[in-house]
Amino acid sequence: MAKAECELTWKDLEIGVILTDVGTARGYRTGDWRSRKPVTDNDKCNKCGMCFLFCPEGCIQQNEEGFFDANLFYCKGCGICAAECPRKAITMVEEER
Amino acid sequence: MSNRVGIEVSRAIAVAAKLARVDVVAAYPITPQTHIVEDIAELVANGELDASYVPVESEHSAMSACLGASAVGARAFTATAGQGLELMHEVLYVASAMQLPIVMSLANRALSSPLSIWGDHSDAMSMRDTGWIQLFAANGQEVLDNILCAFRIAEDRKVLLPTVVHLDGFHLTHVIEPISIPEPSEVDGFLPPFNYPLPLDPDKPVTMGAFAPPYIYPETKKAQQVNLLAAKPVILQSWKEFGDHFGRYYSPVESYRAEGAKVLLLTMGSYSETATLAIDSLRKDGKMVGALSLRLWRPFPFEEIRQAVKGADVLIVLDRAVSFGGPGGPVCSEIKAVLYDEARRPKIVGVVGGLGGRDISPSDFVSIINRGIEISQTGSEQEFEMFGVRE
Repeated sequence: MAKAECELTWKDLEIGVILTDVGTARGYRTGDWRSRKPVTDNDKCNKCGMCFLFCPEGCIQQNEEGFFDANLFYCKGCGICAAECPRKAITMVEEER
Repeated sequence: MSNRVGIEVSRAIAVAAKLARVDVVAAYPITPQTHIVEDIAELVANGELDASYVPVESEHSAMSACLGASAVGARAFTATAGQGLELMHEVLYVASAMQLPIVMSLANRALSSPLSIWGDHSDAMSMRDTGWIQLFAANGQEVLDNILCAFRIAEDRKVLLPTVVHLDGFHLTHVIEPISIPEPSEVDGFLPPFNYPLPLDPDKPVTMGAFAPPYIYPETKKAQQVNLLAAKPVILQSWKEFGDHFGRYYSPVESYRAEGAKVLLLTMGSYSETATLAIDSLRKDGKMVGALSLRLWRPFPFEEIRQAVKGADVLIVLDRAVSFGGPGGPVCSEIKAVLYDEARRPKIVGVVGGLGGRDISPSDFVSIINRGIEISQTGSEQEFEMFGVRE
């Protein structure tokens, strides 16, 4: 799509607001719903991947070192990862924007 | 050659669906129903109509199934009435916003409570703002003709909007009328096969009915409003071509002896025909009265209404529904709004009548017109009157 969705006029819309591009949800920033972000203490983390499994947004991925990072473009700050972490390695930290 | 037969109007709708070669009919004949979907079920079972008949579990599902069928490019039809329409209400908005050209017939009936299976326009008015193209029919022939026109209009590339044909419960659905049934080949010449431009197709995936955050939702609604207004020239053209094919021409506002009339009575649906008898009788007495019938309800025919009432001193509008606590019947309020900016406009008198199947006879229409003239002269402050209600 040439224009960003937030710049589309009513004339740019397809019949019935059909989306002809696939995977458009990828461009939708849900990260701005968040008030707190998860921060991992790598000294406590044993890379078990429970946060990755429980994240309802599917935004947690393993990095090259084997630790798990939340993609803050999508992370809604629900805190489930912090609640589920067996080693209490994840803290939810207030963000100011 | 068409074949003129005596047929119940409901059954004529089933014939119209067959002539339109519908692909999918989804229905849940909740009480009160008509013979429409019953007859279509028989046509499909007998092999006379090559369509999928989906007996769903509710009216909500009936409209949802039509929505899905339409999305893959099938010609979808359903019929409902009164309470059934209320149950499918949520999906009506979805069908119009997704631009799926489903055609539906609606046997107009009163809504519970109290329980009533008889006719009025309460159900019709409940779908006023759903974004559907809406046609009202005055007799059986008009019902059959407009079902055929509805497919043509709905499926036009410039339109792609669901379309409903309103017909009065009982007064039309359950009466036998002489109706000209066109030959299938004639209908094929008027109604081309349906091709949805962006159907659901696994080889070319699209997303239908996606969500819209605040930064795009208003744009989608503006597009919907523009699309519905843009349907009007197509509606007029379709009616013209229908007339050229079959010899019966339709227009958004019909008038009866309205030339030079100082007092006009506006109705919708089958009462338009009853009212003409009152007009004849009053004309015989030398009164300059005429009748208007509003056939196109959405998109609203602004210009045609303004033209039709030019020269009249009094316009009496009969509504068959109440907007409780509001400024009158829905039709009358809209007519008032449409004429508000006119430099010269008639005095508009709102009357609500014919609720829940209460008959309005030709002599009742004479009383309504005379009372309307009286109110217009006394400058009564009330917003509307309910006709024939015992005090």
